[in-house]
Amino acid sequence: MSATESSEQVQGALTRTDRRSDREVVVTRIFDAPARLVFQAWTTPELLMRWWTPKSFGITFISCEADVRPGGTYRFVMGHPSFDQPMAFVGRYLEVDPPRRLVWTNEENEEGSVTTVTFEEKDGRTYLTLSDVYATKAALDEAMVQGGIGAFPEQFEALDGLLQTLH
Amino acid sequence: MVQFQPSVDAAFAALSDPTRRGVLEQLRRTDASITELADKFHMTLTGMKKHVGVLEQAGLVMTEKVGRVRTCRLGSRGLDEEAAWLEQHRRLWAARFNELDNVVEQLKQKEKNDERNRKQ
Repeated sequence: MSATESSEQVQGALTRTDRRSDREVVVTRIFDAPARLVFQAWTTPELLMRWWTPKSFGITFISCEADVRPGGTYRFVMGHPSFDQPMAFVGRYLEVDPPRRLVWTNEENEEGSVTTVTFEEKDGRTYLTLSDVYATKAALDEAMVQGGIGAFPEQFEALDGLLQTLH
Repeated sequence: MVQFQPSVDAAFAALSDPTRRGVLEQLRRTDASITELADKFHMTLTGMKKHVGVLEQAGLVMTEKVGRVRTCRLGSRGLDEEAAWLEQHRRLWAARFNELDNVVEQLKQKEKNDERNRKQ
């Protein structure tokens, strides 16, 4: 591997999060691979299971069902040593446009967000943008207070501290 | 004195403006008077007073007038909820994407090998 390649990989490996508006949070990342492969890893349950629950978070998949086509549903059941019972994440795919765009709903909570992932390929690399749009500003604020999808047990303590400041 | 608990909404509205985010960034380093902030951000005193007013309403900034100088400092609410949540969100995705990198790398290698096998 050349020096240029490795420094580009380091830069591309930076995951960024931004609040784009009062209803939208965006995550961006660059992958050193064509969009079709990143899309494939995102839409094939066996592959998805290998990365969606990062080891460093201590979460594991119990089951992963995904009918990846417009109108198809998904159901991800995950476990963590400190969960009393498994947590299910459910929703429906709204758009499946390989290898460019994937849109799904998050229906485990009322007022869950709609997630849109776009895969833009430039020079063999994939510029990925993941956007979560909530129905209302209040719904995103609530997700932030509750911790939303980022609220895994190791962060609960920090969240408790934050919740205190709201009372 | 009435205890006023500003809404999270007000905080986010206050954060929508780049100057106000800059002011918070500045106040995170050190307290400053409205005059100092106005100079720093090349604004009129009136303009800066308005921005500070919005931040104060949202609980992000506290001000105190001593003599003729109004000093601003970070409010008790600070930036904590939003910044902490975004950081948590980023960490989760960063961890996922690092593992996704490995999966994608394997798919890439597999494609290369398949290609090579086809040629042979």
